[in-house]
Amino acid sequence: MTHWIIAPAILPALTAALLIMVWRRDIRMQRIVSITATLALLGIAALLYHLASDGEPRVYRVGAWPAPFGIVLVLDRLSATMLLLAAALALAVLVYAVAGWDARGRHFHALFQFQLLGLNGAFLTGDIFNLFVFFEVMLIASYGLMLHGGGARRLGAGFQYVAINLVASTLFLIAIGLIYGVTGTLNMADLAVKVPQVAAGNEALLRTGALLLFLVFAIKAAFVPLHWWLPGTYSAASAPVAALFAIMTKVGAYAIIRIFGTIFGADAGALAGVAVPWILPAALATLLVGAIGLLASRTLLDLASFNIIASMGTLLIAIGLFDVDGLTTALYYLVHSTLTGAALFLIVDLIATRRVEKGAALVPGHPISQAPLLGALFFLTALAAVGLPPLSGFIGKLMVLDAAYESPQASLIWLFVLGASLMMTIAFARAGSVVFWKTEGRTTGPTLATAPTSPVVVVAMLVGAIALLSIFAGPAVDAFQAAAEQALDPAGYIDAVLNSAGNVMPSTGH
Amino acid sequence: MELLVASAVGMMTTVGVYLILQQRTFPIIVGLTLLSYAVNVFLFSAGRLVVDRPPIISDADAYTDPLPQALVLTAIVISFGMTALIVVLALRGFLETENDTADLPAEDLAPETEADK
Repeated sequence: MTHWIIAPAILPALTAALLIMVWRRDIRMQRIVSITATLALLGIAALLYHLASDGEPRVYRVGAWPAPFGIVLVLDRLSATMLLLAAALALAVLVYAVAGWDARGRHFHALFQFQLLGLNGAFLTGDIFNLFVFFEVMLIASYGLMLHGGGARRLGAGFQYVAINLVASTLFLIAIGLIYGVTGTLNMADLAVKVPQVAAGNEALLRTGALLLFLVFAIKAAFVPLHWWLPGTYSAASAPVAALFAIMTKVGAYAIIRIFGTIFGADAGALAGVAVPWILPAALATLLVGAIGLLASRTLLDLASFNIIASMGTLLIAIGLFDVDGLTTALYYLVHSTLTGAALFLIVDLIATRRVEKGAALVPGHPISQAPLLGALFFLTALAAVGLPPLSGFIGKLMVLDAAYESPQASLIWLFVLGASLMMTIAFARAGSVVFWKTEGRTTGPTLATAPTSPVVVVAMLVGAIALLSIFAGPAVDAFQAAAEQALDPAGYIDAVLNSAGNVMPSTGH
Repeated sequence: MELLVASAVGMMTTVGVYLILQQRTFPIIVGLTLLSYAVNVFLFSAGRLVVDRPPIISDADAYTDPLPQALVLTAIVISFGMTALIVVLALRGFLETENDTADLPAEDLAPETEADK
């Protein structure tokens, strides 16, 4: 049993506590400690990714309690991929925020680390109630981060965001109660064993619990019609926070893959694939609403927010296929859309700070400084978001179309994906031409000499990461395929958690 | 007893959902609180309704399931913290905008000025 598995949860927790207690007023030390800790987290995530790449799920039994009595953390390819993605995104966002955003409110760095604690815990845990707790940790930190910077609009959007998530948490608890009441366990591996054995009389209760759980993840993943909270929240949040939130919707997608692949997967008897029929129709609607929202955007922030919804739609179509090809595509698109969504929010912020009078509004204004550089970055990110060659969005969408080829709904999926791509192309082309070409007067905003360079470098690196994901699409897809195969075959997971040699009560020494 | 607990959960959920659908922040907060009460009682009943039994394995031949009690305790702590947060949020929102509707303030397309930040 390697203790490194719990490090992604412990490191941010200790860092956050230290930041609050020791360096509460010293923003410089906060920055140094926070970036160092996130760098270390990235290192640990890379190590864990390397560990998981041999295809054997590793289990960490907290307090050495055997499963299913104690809480377990499980590291497999899927969770390792998510950890690595979260750590990489966090580091980029943090470096961006250090250029100034973090000083516009208090405790940015502590909240940021708590957010990482919640994210990492949610990716690692093998227990449904523990998943709930880590969701709450993640959400509490996100409430604080969302309000970072203050202002009436953030408070209003924040109230809605907190209220909808409280309702989701309530549903989560009801689902947990139903599942525990019927099966008597909350450990995911144990549930995967017990769910097929449930008596016929209790099946309806368990089905209700499973679908309520799906509803909760659907709210997090911004499935239409449960997406209303997203545009208001993301466009009101400060830019680095919105960029970090790009991975929050993916937590919902991850939870759907984990729960409905492991517990309610193909071996779940009467409840096999209980949520699958709901995913595809909702995903198609999500893609359509996202594309329409992009066309109707009045500000660049709307554009970035609805891009998240549209990309979730494409991602969920791939998940909705729920086979190895579908999940491989979903993982590739997940990494791509997280990087693209985050990059877009940061570029929009760079543009808005340079358009002193018009801000993020999509109306003609003065030309901005550094327009060629920012224009190129915006153009590349838009290419990736829309799915035009040569960047990863194109490869991702091609994989979606290819994976859907055998599906009975293939024609419908092709129609929606290609139609939405056209709408998104128009929306991004319009936005780019208004901001960069329909300009008059003299250049405004910070010049190259006065503007901090690190934010631009961060955005360029994110775009670079998207380019790398496109160039090395082959090896990446191989890795994602292995992760998808592992996620859809719960036998190895169950064996590792319940049947391995380490799963015994430790001797008490009496 | 089953009828009592079930109707209590049902009533609190109904009232909670009704209140959450209101426009102003105060009824929404009360509704969320009622919902969390309902879910706490519901979680408790997930371990079956047992009277007068200890929640540990002891010499007595019967015991009640301790796990839902631990779950409820965690849920209470979390919902308590969340309620405190959302009350503060609603209050700050009311003080800054001088109205307590849960709608977003009218969209301000002007850029954030330095004074806002």
